[in-house]
Amino acid sequence: MARVFAYIVHKSGIADDTAAELAAAARLIEPAQPPVAIVAGAGPELDAVCASVAGFYGEIWKIADAALSHPNAELVRQALAKLVPRGSIVLVPHQHFGIDLAPGLAIKLNAACAADAIAVAAADARALTVVRQEFGGQFHTHVRCDLSCGAVITVRPGAFKPVPASAPGTVVDRSADVGALTAKRRYLETIVAAAGDVDITREPVLVSVGRGIQEKDNIALAEELAEALGAVVSCSRPVADAKWLDKSRQVGTSGKTVKPKVYLACGISGSFQHLAGIKGNACLIAINKNPNAPIFQAAEIGIVDDILEFLPVLAAKVTELRGVGAKGGRP
Amino acid sequence: MEILVCVKRVPDTSENEIRLNADGTDIERDDVVYSVNECDNYAVEEALQIAERTGGSVTVVTVGGEDDEEVLRREMAMGAKNGVLLSDAAFAGSDAAGVAAILKAFVAQGKYDLILTGVQAEAGGAQVGGMLAAMLDYPFASLVTSIEVLDGAKLKIAREVEGGDRELSEIELPCVISIQTGINEPRYVGMRGVRQVASIPIPTFGAAQLGLSTAVVGAAAAKTVRLDYFLPPQGKGAEMWKGGREELADRLLEVLKAKGGLN
Repeated sequence: MARVFAYIVHKSGIADDTAAELAAAARLIEPAQPPVAIVAGAGPELDAVCASVAGFYGEIWKIADAALSHPNAELVRQALAKLVPRGSIVLVPHQHFGIDLAPGLAIKLNAACAADAIAVAAADARALTVVRQEFGGQFHTHVRCDLSCGAVITVRPGAFKPVPASAPGTVVDRSADVGALTAKRRYLETIVAAAGDVDITREPVLVSVGRGIQEKDNIALAEELAEALGAVVSCSRPVADAKWLDKSRQVGTSGKTVKPKVYLACGISGSFQHLAGIKGNACLIAINKNPNAPIFQAAEIGIVDDILEFLPVLAAKVTELRGVGAKGGRP
Repeated sequence: MEILVCVKRVPDTSENEIRLNADGTDIERDDVVYSVNECDNYAVEEALQIAERTGGSVTVVTVGGEDDEEVLRREMAMGAKNGVLLSDAAFAGSDAAGVAAILKAFVAQGKYDLILTGVQAEAGGAQVGGMLAAMLDYPFASLVTSIEVLDGAKLKIAREVEGGDRELSEIELPCVISIQTGINEPRYVGMRGVRQVASIPIPTFGAAQLGLSTAVVGAAAAKTVRLDYFLPPQGKGAEMWKGGREELADRLLEVLKAKGGLN
């Protein structure tokens, strides 16, 4: 069986949650041999990252190089292409860095490549079969990777439950083995997202609209309901893309992470990137005209209806309950 | 700047309900409405805006069959000067690396300063752009939300990273960039615009013209194979309410009261 490697995403000396999740996925693929973590970066913080993930891995390969002080997939790919034995399985988180790294790494290793795996269905010496999703999560598929040249698999964050840490693995410094790293892409800086007019991360009740709102003028329907409820309007990606609401109102991995008491998902299909932005014990209520929308898998209560028809009816009832003239209870 | 944009025709899930076929080998394609993959459309718009600023022209390319010409025409109606179809029976069953190899063979026959793709298509793999770049030994950046052309054959780009933060980098040309939705506002294309480009010939390149063998493309070369489609296992799922709109709104109001939804 091929050896399984996991690329550890980390920031400011702290390993990402995916570090333990990839170890869990690796053990499902190969229970007999502990996986190897690859921790690449620069500076003293690297040792802290190695130590924090050691309990999940048999070995931790440390790659310290000043060129890796900010993660650059092109450089990391060169390092991995040098270090990783041919025929290995490499796991990478399916997030912005993994999406930059994995496809090119697969080409350089001449390996099979599967993206955004959510489960391991079968694994033997010849093939690895993973489960992934298509059509925004509406359908699942089994994808089989031929392992004759190994495989690079990106793994969905949150999909694998970490196993408890055990005796720490050995840290092996491989820095000297990667040689000179050069890239045609150079990191400049990171611009932190600007704060919006309201902070949706602190709101207890969100009326969140998605593609089902159809056009900009219809946002008013959600605003009227939100006003009656004393809530705030948030949105999924397509609404922010269309600039119908400010980016600061977007919930999801590329937007804000919210923790409301009640989340009213209106015309939102429910991509995993969106759902990953809803934390805590939110009561998730979904209204969508597509009965197969993945949001209904995640929601507590589901209503199949056109939000353009439903929202005004609900808003009228809330207003009626509040009494004539009362416009929400917010100070 | 000469810009190539790789586009794909995909089932339009925003307007149709997609179903699986009886044996789970594919989606039911008979009544499906197709459109251009959403982020590819943003990529074409971005290419057109860059070409308007710097001069040069935009070519759109797709790997597929005759039916896929319609998305090339649509993007030509937006302003792309050329459309190219890469089509051959030998391409069937290609995995993402196979598609990237087909595109690479086409790129190698031309001279493009910049190659754009959408971040991902309906399969959600987000692979072809990064693979194409690696095959060409061009630099690559995914999830790009802005492009500024700098002097000296470089771009300044922003990538979308976690929490809405933007990672800024410089990248040398030629390069491959995958474009995220929201980077711009794609221009409207009417039926009239599509009709105006209806008679422009779309050259087709097959495996022979591209110098491709079944060792690198098609089902035999694919190291990654999709075995089936199936419906997600039904978890607990939502409690699905049925009834009239008024009745459901009344019930929902009670839940909102109970859960603290009335602030």
